[in-house]
Amino acid sequence: MKNKYSIFSLIKNALSGHENWQRAWRDPEPKNEYDAIIVGGGGHGLATAYYLAKKHKMTNIAVVEKGWIGGGNTGRNTTIIRSNYLWDASAGLYDHALKIWEGLSQELNYNVMFSQRGVMNLAHNLQDVRDLKRRTHANRLNGIDAVWLNTDEVKKFCPIINTSQDIRYPVLGGTLQKRAGTARHDAVAWGYARGADQLGVDIIQNCEVKGIKRDGDQVIGIETSKGFIKSKKIGVVAAGHSSVLANMAGLKLPLESKPLQALVSEPVKPIIDTVVMSNAVHAYVSQSDKGELVIGAGTDSYVSYTQKGSHNIVEETLRAILELYPIFSRMKMLRQWGGIVDICPDASPIISKTQVKGLYFNCGWGTGGFKATPGSGDLFAHTIANDEPHKLNAAFNINRFVSGDLVDEHGAAAVAH
Amino acid sequence: MSQELRINNNKFIDQTIRLSFKFNGEKLYGYKGDTLASALLANNIHLVGRSFKYHRPRGIMTCGSEEPNAIVQIGKDPSLTDPNVRATEIELYEGLEAFSQNCWPNVKFDIGGINNLLSPLLPAGFYYKTFMWPASFWEKYEFFIRHSAGLGKSPSKPDPDIYDHKYYHCDVLVVGGGISGIIAAKLSAENNNETLLLDDKNTLGGTTIYQKNDCFQINGTYTNYWLEKEINNIKNIKNLTIKTRTSLAAYHGYNYLLAKENLTDHLNPDERKDKIRQRLWKIRAKKVIIATGSIERPLIFNNNDRPGIMLSSAIKKFIDFYGVKTGKEISLFTNNDSAYETAISLKKSGVNIVSIIDIRDISSSKIVKEVEKLNIKIYWKHTVVNTEGYRRISFIEIMQLSDDGSGVIGKKIKLKSDCLGISGGWTPMVHLFTQSGGKLKFRSDDNVFLPDKSKTPSDQISIGSCNGDFDIKDIILNSNKEVKTFLGIKNSSFDNLKVESSNEEKKKNIWLLPSDKPIGKTKPFLDFQNDSTAKDVKLALREGFKSIEHVKRYTTTGMGTDQGKLSNMHALGIIAETTGTNMGELGTTTFRPPYTPLTFGAIVGRNVGEFFDHTRKTAMHNWHVQNKAKFENVGQWKRAWYYPKNGESMFEAVQRESKAARESVGILDASTLGKIDIQGTDASEFLNRVYTNAWSKLAIGKCRYGLMLNEDGMVYDDGVTTRLGENRYIMTTTTGGAANVLSKLEDYLQTEWPELDVYLTTVTDHFSTISICGPNSKKILNKVIPYLDLSNENFPHMSFKNSKINGIKCRVMRISFTGEHSYEINIQSNYSKNVWEMCMNAGKDYNITPYGTETMHLLRAEKGFIITGQDTDGTMTPSDLQMDWIIGKKKFDFIGKRSLYRSDTIRDDRKQLVGLLTDDPKEILEEGAQIVEKLNQKPVEMLGHVTSSYFSPNLNKSIALAVMKSGKKLKGKKFFVPMENKNINVTVTDTVFFDKENKRLNA
Amino acid sequence: MFIIICPYCGERDQTEFSSGGEAHIVRPKQPTELSDDEWAEFLFMRKNIKGIQFERWNHSHGCRKWFNVVRDTSNDKIHAVYKMGEKPPINK
Repeated sequence: MKNKYSIFSLIKNALSGHENWQRAWRDPEPKNEYDAIIVGGGGHGLATAYYLAKKHKMTNIAVVEKGWIGGGNTGRNTTIIRSNYLWDASAGLYDHALKIWEGLSQELNYNVMFSQRGVMNLAHNLQDVRDLKRRTHANRLNGIDAVWLNTDEVKKFCPIINTSQDIRYPVLGGTLQKRAGTARHDAVAWGYARGADQLGVDIIQNCEVKGIKRDGDQVIGIETSKGFIKSKKIGVVAAGHSSVLANMAGLKLPLESKPLQALVSEPVKPIIDTVVMSNAVHAYVSQSDKGELVIGAGTDSYVSYTQKGSHNIVEETLRAILELYPIFSRMKMLRQWGGIVDICPDASPIISKTQVKGLYFNCGWGTGGFKATPGSGDLFAHTIANDEPHKLNAAFNINRFVSGDLVDEHGAAAVAH
Repeated sequence: MSQELRINNNKFIDQTIRLSFKFNGEKLYGYKGDTLASALLANNIHLVGRSFKYHRPRGIMTCGSEEPNAIVQIGKDPSLTDPNVRATEIELYEGLEAFSQNCWPNVKFDIGGINNLLSPLLPAGFYYKTFMWPASFWEKYEFFIRHSAGLGKSPSKPDPDIYDHKYYHCDVLVVGGGISGIIAAKLSAENNNETLLLDDKNTLGGTTIYQKNDCFQINGTYTNYWLEKEINNIKNIKNLTIKTRTSLAAYHGYNYLLAKENLTDHLNPDERKDKIRQRLWKIRAKKVIIATGSIERPLIFNNNDRPGIMLSSAIKKFIDFYGVKTGKEISLFTNNDSAYETAISLKKSGVNIVSIIDIRDISSSKIVKEVEKLNIKIYWKHTVVNTEGYRRISFIEIMQLSDDGSGVIGKKIKLKSDCLGISGGWTPMVHLFTQSGGKLKFRSDDNVFLPDKSKTPSDQISIGSCNGDFDIKDIILNSNKEVKTFLGIKNSSFDNLKVESSNEEKKKNIWLLPSDKPIGKTKPFLDFQNDSTAKDVKLALREGFKSIEHVKRYTTTGMGTDQGKLSNMHALGIIAETTGTNMGELGTTTFRPPYTPLTFGAIVGRNVGEFFDHTRKTAMHNWHVQNKAKFENVGQWKRAWYYPKNGESMFEAVQRESKAARESVGILDASTLGKIDIQGTDASEFLNRVYTNAWSKLAIGKCRYGLMLNEDGMVYDDGVTTRLGENRYIMTTTTGGAANVLSKLEDYLQTEWPELDVYLTTVTDHFSTISICGPNSKKILNKVIPYLDLSNENFPHMSFKNSKINGIKCRVMRISFTGEHSYEINIQSNYSKNVWEMCMNAGKDYNITPYGTETMHLLRAEKGFIITGQDTDGTMTPSDLQMDWIIGKKKFDFIGKRSLYRSDTIRDDRKQLVGLLTDDPKEILEEGAQIVEKLNQKPVEMLGHVTSSYFSPNLNKSIALAVMKSGKKLKGKKFFVPMENKNINVTVTDTVFFDKENKRLNA
Repeated sequence: MFIIICPYCGERDQTEFSSGGEAHIVRPKQPTELSDDEWAEFLFMRKNIKGIQFERWNHSHGCRKWFNVVRDTSNDKIHAVYKMGEKPPINK
């Protein structure tokens, strides 16, 4: 790999005042035609391009991005990575991703800071307990490391949680996946971009797709702000804007795009060194390496492309945070923001061919797509290269909404994260 | 206390009230009216903290909320300590204790300072390029990174303070109480608008209130005198509410704004007791006037971060407002006229000004001439190329700028200075404007982004310097004009003001000032808190990070607690300059709320602790409490879970309760079940459409169990519905599903079937339900309602009677969720506790036993009755539950019917409800445990899971319900339930374990 | 948080309402006549429009009435509100 990153390259470049670092990726103009085009330069799209080039040797390909790479949900999420999903299909998909995460920094020669600090899911009522135990048993038999913790064990693993049984919705226990954790979101996009670029992939930023052209049943290219680009294989990974792109090709998807908010506190010295999620009272919190508490809020109930949600959602989230962590009451919210998440009726994604030949969609990740980034890219690349899904994403086809074979990950709390 | 840095100034500082405080353990003094920053400066303390990455010594740079460096930990009490408080904002009080952050062992000698020596190895994004070897070591590196990062410390005990919310509606909201805000508020309120004026400081008047300079006059008096009079006037306008110490945090759509009012942080601790600490104002304003002003820009040059280097405007405020000299030998470094105002203020207060270094070639504006008259040395066309002094600036080195400004020429001049004021022009605070959805335009004259009037959301304007007016004359005249137009005002008292000012005539800007050293050897800081330099920005560009958002994220510029208020414009400028792009085309990063950090406590308000969520209690709740019930949360309800007696465990209590209910009589509070009153001529037809089974033929006075599906065919809710009359039913729903069922039914009724004459009313809270079950239930009911004929002929199973208890109307249903002969009494809630007690009395001789939800679950499991949400999970069809009998096959349609016939919902290998018995009858399965056929597979194929599991005292063995693939065909077959430490052998059975013939219903 | 003008109660904060998604998706009168594809189209497929959307809202913490709203999902601006069964005041 040219321009390899290491402590030695850092020292070497320090001697020349860091004047000789190469570009992490080129900034090419689009060619007239590619063997495949990925629409959407987020983590999933860039990973797809990387694996298309790396594993399927398709190097005459491009990623087109409306704005700047990693600027959508990749750069807006709370970076939680875990694979302790209930259904076999989901567990297979997310654990495939988790296994790639475990070697991703080395694979990409880019430190994505995957930190296996564990993810704990809390139970607050008896049905929560049943559901989480069910999931833990399923995880164990699927080879996924997840254990049940009673309330005392929860407290021991994360001492700042208020485990008093006198609070409104006391902690009745929880599950812990130790291999789970967080990663640095920007680094994932940049690492894949750099990797893909070095394999010859054109990454074209500020290139908005205005239309998807079909010749009968076959897709033939995209109309963009930088002109028409031909290709007989187009993979769309556009998250919140998936439906907008589907409409361009004359398709409808089973999606609704809704605002999802998150916030960070001011940075403080280490106070919580794991990720704690609570569906029932809706509070997710971890602490970034910089020291900020990273807190995920919920979605609004209505469709919106504004990247802004309602204040009451933030208020409800912090209310739950203070219920579980009353010591955070004097902490201050530094920044809040929103993203647009595309949600499927069964809270599971779509990685699928469509009724248009050569047109593929990877969407519907809802509020939890970041964790799947490497696996999603790998499986979508497989699907595009072979025009057939991999066995790990076969269940996530678009036809399940017709046949009724949904992969319902809502659980009793009706929230899937 | 050193008073040589204080000047007499009694206007804003009360020098008669001396306050003691501690900084890093050292006892110091200040005055009432000081901020911590001004008090520290008066004590000749500049060094306050260490920077985030390199741990360089940093001092007070500003006098406001944009402060990047002087942030401290306030207080030691683990429940009251506040991290990351800006010394420039916190008002001094008696006993204040502040500590430097991010340094060890102390701010003067900090071990972390070694990072400064390593800084060549720590350029922007270095961590993306290293810490990858060995592969498993990242988390070990990360441990050290995490501990050296972070700023202050989180409290470690719960916060005892109270926070509050206030909703406020007004005609006009004016944000900012500087001169333009005062003009706006006065005009608005005088013209019949209910007006709210907010300012984050403790006094109104902005920077004008201490502007006493010959160059700036209104109607022949100093601007500060004029404004003071105006402020005194507006305090008496009845339509005007003024809130100080209240900072606008967020401007959301539809003129919804959040403001935080500080109520106690400035008080002495003994005055704070029982007072609300902060109040969050939730404001809906018909119109909003933004007058948030602007903040001064620093200049970017080599070593521009040393303690003692401050914004020139801050130096001016410290001397004019707080009466504090920030140094004894002050130099000023500027590219515009503002620093000259500072020079005059300092000179008037007797501070020695070493020199003014101005990058402009020359300026002959009025104020510059004034300064020249004061014999202050001005170095035109010069720049600072370096500064010296580790913990406090001691010298500056200056050189002449080349004609194109890209380099320096001539001889280096070294000047002694213990304080350097820097002024790089002004940045309008457009945060609120853009938060509200407004778009910015770029003005290249002075490199500012301004509200684009053509892209301003309606019902708001920006005025004053946040709208790009920096000259007092423009501010007053334009504010008056804009507000008049905005509010439709004809005449204003500000129409004929005579304003004098010093017209700034020359502007010059160099984003990154040159040095005599190559850039690689310099440290020109952009973001003072996050330690990102101009070099970092250039490195990011070199590596292909082009978008401003990429540069920001790669270099962390603008991501500190000041959110880039000082650094963002320079980052943009350097990107534009380096890449040859127009700054206006680059655009800004997104201004995200809140404007300044907002306490979690204030956002949440009083909705903590017991107010976290509503608690719904039944009318018998207190009886359950008195009888030692344990409760479980079901939705918002508190339900009695079991009633332990004499130290019983839960298992023992439930066994006792379950036996008693089957052997004699049990009593359950079933009030939490949802109850919907359904009336109208089409009520039967409505039920036909919402339930899977048929309802038209249900006789009046009869009850029927119904199953409700989602439109996708999955079981959604269930319950018994009773026909009260020809056109009237009462439906029961699950406890947790009640609200959703009602809203779903309303949805269909109003939107799909508006032609149906049906009315739905929730009566869940109006009626309480007492369920009496067991072979002696009849005897109990007979005692409570002696005149009701309880014979099977008159009152058979699945029927209902209207009756009265002590003259109070009630409904009695003979229905059963336990398989026992049982009744449910529904009575108006306020009588129900009495009736419950009557039942208890009546049952004394029969060992009547109150039982909770756990026993209820056990008893129904013995009978194989499902609980939706426990035995179903949103993926079960009626057929999956072996309840094909409840699907009205002849019915034309019902909610979810079509979905039952899709290719994957008619498969016979779906998961289906079965009974499970353990081979060892004592072994109780864990709910949620998985069921497999083969143990030695990897991964092992899971066939289903246990949904309900209990030890049945009535069968003396454990029983369970489960869902299993192709379960209908598996009766009698053996499987395993693999646990962590053992495998449990189980056999599939029928789902009904007890009284399969239903004999007990009529026993 | 936007403001919705309930056609029955008047101007109220958005938090009093709940969203019912895309409007004018009529439940088929004879579902059994539909193919699995057609049924899925009704059940799950949504336009999910970026721009002017016709949608259903319920005044759930008020009068409990359902009604229609015309809202631009790209900026949350509400253009019209009309009762169930009424013709949209703006052309679809």
